[in-house]
Amino acid sequence: MTWTFVLALAACAYGLKLLGAVIIGHREMPLALQRCLLLIPAALLAGLIAKDTFTTGQHYAIDARAAGLAVAIIATWRKLPFAAIIVLGVGTTALIRVFV
Amino acid sequence: MHHFRAPDARRFISASLMIGVAFVVFGASFGVLSVSAGASIAQSCAMSLLVFTGASQMSAVSVIASGGSVASAFGGAVLLSGRNAVYGLAMSPVLKEGDLASRLLGAQWVIDETTAVVSAETDPAKKRTAFWISGAILYASWNIGTLLGALVGSSINPSDFGLDAAFPVMFIAMLAPHLRTINGKKAALFGAVIAVALAPFMPIGLPILVSALGMLFGLSPEKDVPTTSDGTP
Repeated sequence: MTWTFVLALAACAYGLKLLGAVIIGHREMPLALQRCLLLIPAALLAGLIAKDTFTTGQHYAIDARAAGLAVAIIATWRKLPFAAIIVLGVGTTALIRVFV
Repeated sequence: MHHFRAPDARRFISASLMIGVAFVVFGASFGVLSVSAGASIAQSCAMSLLVFTGASQMSAVSVIASGGSVASAFGGAVLLSGRNAVYGLAMSPVLKEGDLASRLLGAQWVIDETTAVVSAETDPAKKRTAFWISGAILYASWNIGTLLGALVGSSINPSDFGLDAAFPVMFIAMLAPHLRTINGKKAALFGAVIAVALAPFMPIGLPILVSALGMLFGLSPEKDVPTTSDGTP
């Protein structure tokens, strides 16, 4: 992690907020573009979950992380508080690593 | 700030504090993971102060932690933050009342949660109160959490505590609101399939960039299309 990375990401993230909130404002942004921008997080976050659960580097791996994910999915689905989701998910992985 | 003395302020303060507690936990998790991925305490705090959009920050740290290139970490984080531009459209009438300085500050606070709090209101004055109160409380919570997490993270070995499992757990909590629509579910399914299918064949991190294309599978018309007037993620 470098300072260039941090500052460049800050500039882009703030620039995008500024674009919508101040520069474009109440004027039109193409609806198709809006739909794409709003849908990207669903696809990309799911991609990150898949990567962080089922791969290690460029290899597939099914291990204690998958169990932690399963518990986290159930906790999210049951609408548990955020802290509980984290503790249960991370705790499951940690416990399996200790005992298995 | 006069918004904290506005009528109804108490309702927005308590609602924001509820989310704020989650933000402290969330920010602390980010701080731990960020430091364990090689960022310094100062860099982690700077990200939360200047980037202030959780999914992008977490995504960047996740890709770097798993050995991905800086370019793919950067690209994924920027793609994720594009939605804030759309939220900004819905928030611009709220910001338009203030002077330039307050609009420039307000823009930084346009995120999923402030947009959701504001969109629940119909009265323009209440929308303004809701925005400035939730923005201030959530910004403070996120940054306090990050500092605490970065301090803790630099004094422990995160892999001893299974903290690498915290990444998917965080992402699940962030993904959940995006799955309310059928199109969101389709985009997520294909995003996950793309990321896993390409993993062995591409440099680490690149499949995450490509997984954004999963959204193409969610573009079919449906009635509950998110729009600017809706605003909620």
